[in-house]
Amino acid sequence: MKLLTHNLLSSHVRGVGPRGFPLRLQATEVRINPVEFNPDFVARMIPKVEWAALLEAADTLHLVEVPKGPIEGYEHDEKFLRQMHHVLLEVRTGPSLASLATAG
Amino acid sequence: MAFRSKRPEHGGPPELFYDKNEARKYVRNSRMIDVQTKMAGRALELLYLPEGQPCYLLDIGCGSGLSGDYLSDEGHYWVGLDISPAMLDAALDRDTEGDLLLGDMGQGIPFKPGSFDGCISISAIQWLCNANKKSDIPAKRLYCFFSSLYSVLVRGARAVLQLYPENSEQLELITTQATKAGFTGGVVVDFPNSAKAKKFYLCLFSGPSTFMPKALNENNEEEARESEFTSERVPYRMAQRGIVRKSREWVLEKKARRRRQGKEVRPDTPYTGRKRKPRF
Repeated sequence: MKLLTHNLLSSHVRGVGPRGFPLRLQATEVRINPVEFNPDFVARMIPKVEWAALLEAADTLHLVEVPKGPIEGYEHDEKFLRQMHHVLLEVRTGPSLASLATAG
Repeated sequence: MAFRSKRPEHGGPPELFYDKNEARKYVRNSRMIDVQTKMAGRALELLYLPEGQPCYLLDIGCGSGLSGDYLSDEGHYWVGLDISPAMLDAALDRDTEGDLLLGDMGQGIPFKPGSFDGCISISAIQWLCNANKKSDIPAKRLYCFFSSLYSVLVRGARAVLQLYPENSEQLELITTQATKAGFTGGVVVDFPNSAKAKKFYLCLFSGPSTFMPKALNENNEEEARESEFTSERVPYRMAQRGIVRKSREWVLEKKARRRRQGKEVRPDTPYTGRKRKPRF
């Protein structure tokens, strides 16, 4: 799954982090999938990203070139957007089904 | 799918119905693929997303990813949720662009608030209406689903859920729970007069009410069901003061008024408004 999805996941299971977050990423297999770059979409998703979890996930997957946080005026910084695009949308773990055990 | 004999929800839970054999149909059967793709297209159309902007969408009951592929083709990013491992396996084989999650929608959508720009669902939510475990209460599961859906959608986003309601009570149950969860909107029925082509789309808005999309009809004429706005004025035949209340003219005028309103009125006869005995 894309790192963007992993970052936005939350869980109702008690004990999985303070707000049911983050879910541990198991680095089974990492693929890089080229995806068409769309700066508007990436810029819109940046505010939703939880950076601590993203950095942790990137660490687990041994990714390089991951920005440490949103920079000022990121909407116009193409280099930053391209890096985020790569990290959030092109890096995919899997293929495996993410099984969500939700407490009933 | 028109199940004339038995509805699949009556036979058991979806994770068992959608086994490997059923999943194969959703991969191989060209008619199945065609129907699902068409419905996905219509649902996306009803979502009225801003033009030319890729969005992050949720696909409830994504199955083998047929609807998801349509979303990818339109340039959107999506996450699919399904309860059947067999269907998701088929989706993995088809190497979908979107991310797949195994889970039960009746227990909520496990995403952070404001994650998605929109949501579609094709032929899935009617499965919430049947209780498969003794502990299930359909209304509660529906409410849990809708309230979590409301939360994971961006403010003002829409959800279009195509479903096959068994009867009007079921549809009412679903819409009631959706309203309780904070959604506004309604049901769009395409081709209401055709048994086979009839499709229900539950269109939900999470922000202030916007317009309801128009349903498709066979003969693209406006049926009398919709009220027409014209600038013709109904001739106001009487000056109210000129007519004595309870007189015959008054009765006839009142009947004519009610006919104009479309109500059922007895025909006018020579006995209409006749003088009755004082004892009446």
